[in-house]
Amino acid sequence: MQTVKIVVTGPFSSGKTEFIRCVSEIDVVSTERKITAEAEKIKDSTTVAMDFGRITVDDDLVLYLFGTPGQKRFDFMWEILSEGMLGFIVMVDSTRPETFREARSILETFRAYAPTPYVVAANKQDCKDAWEVDDMRVALRLDSKVKFLPCVATDKESVKKVLLELLYSILAEMDAGGA
Amino acid sequence: MALKGNLRDFTITQLLNLVNLAKKTGNLVVEGPGEVAQINFRDGKLAFAQLAHEDSSLAAILQRNSKISVSQYKLLKERAARMTDKELGILLINAGYVTQEDIIASLQQYFISVLRRLFTWVEGIFHFEQDARPPDDKIALRIDLENLIIEGSRQMREWEQLQEEIPSLDMALKFTDRPGTNIRNVNLSVEEWRVVQYVNPQNSMRQIAKASKLNDLEIRRVVYSLLQAGLVEVVRVGAPSVTISGRMFPTQDREEQKSLVNRLITRIRSM
Repeated sequence: MQTVKIVVTGPFSSGKTEFIRCVSEIDVVSTERKITAEAEKIKDSTTVAMDFGRITVDDDLVLYLFGTPGQKRFDFMWEILSEGMLGFIVMVDSTRPETFREARSILETFRAYAPTPYVVAANKQDCKDAWEVDDMRVALRLDSKVKFLPCVATDKESVKKVLLELLYSILAEMDAGGA
Repeated sequence: MALKGNLRDFTITQLLNLVNLAKKTGNLVVEGPGEVAQINFRDGKLAFAQLAHEDSSLAAILQRNSKISVSQYKLLKERAARMTDKELGILLINAGYVTQEDIIASLQQYFISVLRRLFTWVEGIFHFEQDARPPDDKIALRIDLENLIIEGSRQMREWEQLQEEIPSLDMALKFTDRPGTNIRNVNLSVEEWRVVQYVNPQNSMRQIAKASKLNDLEIRRVVYSLLQAGLVEVVRVGAPSVTISGRMFPTQDREEQKSLVNRLITRIRSM
């Protein structure tokens, strides 16, 4: 059995767990704990080690989706999770501009770990106070060549589109001679 | 008992706060990144400061503050080498070269500049020796620490924000592809120009900092402003920003790797 992995990362409460849960064929093996810090109580629980989802491709191939813990104090996990990944997805909460800087920092950190293809997903685009994707691109200082995709992590079609765009990028990079 | 520790665990601002609140008298030695600083306090006030590698004689400080000329400085170095700073100060005042206010203002400015440099050190071993006095030949002052502590705290916050923006100095910089932007038309500071001349995907920010004689905070500050202006972007040193490596796949065969990605695409499309 061959396995490959894609890492889903992003700041606290950006929607990583929902993203994986939406397409995983198994119940996501989630390591969530109740939030104790008052400042971070915008949701009841958060991921402290990693989320783990699976998509069986065929008898011989399985794709694993790993979600990183969003809180900065668990960033020691990131390098371990990024080892050997096919690519990564950076989730950004479109309704919380105060997390954009952290999202940028996480993106830079992952790029430093491995030069694999990546896409950035502007999550919660269905919320009424979501920032426009073009405005977010400027705020996040993303190059025009970086794929920046609108996303709703609870919508399967939206999640599939993000995953497919990442895989297209990997394929394009291979065709361009990146291997 | 001496106070010892690492700046990683106990910052300069916290140390100054401790000295200030406890009205401590003593000598603080900080061994930072390639530099050693010595700072003396008396009753919780800054009395004296110097960096080990720098000429911190009164003559040198006055010359740096343009209170005496370079030729006067050289002359004093030759003829008054054996004089203490106190003796030299009296001599210069009596001879009418400088006033007492000039000397106090210059020393104050220098001592504070040494402390300001310490605010940018995040790594370093410190050692506080209780009741130790400044060297006898040096002129000691009494400078309140409150404003310096506030300034230091502000700088620490800036440092934390910059570290979030630019987490690693081991990455390189490259000019962004923005046709129509001519860097010659952009108003850059001297420090920014110094950095800009080394911008190249082959040079890590750490190397640029070393070549431009900037510390970790200063290089981050400059890079941040260049990033904000959209002039540069962060890339991996010497390598394309994105590449496909064998470690990503369970097989090393190129065709099998492509087939694997295509199978993934087909599967996700069908979900």
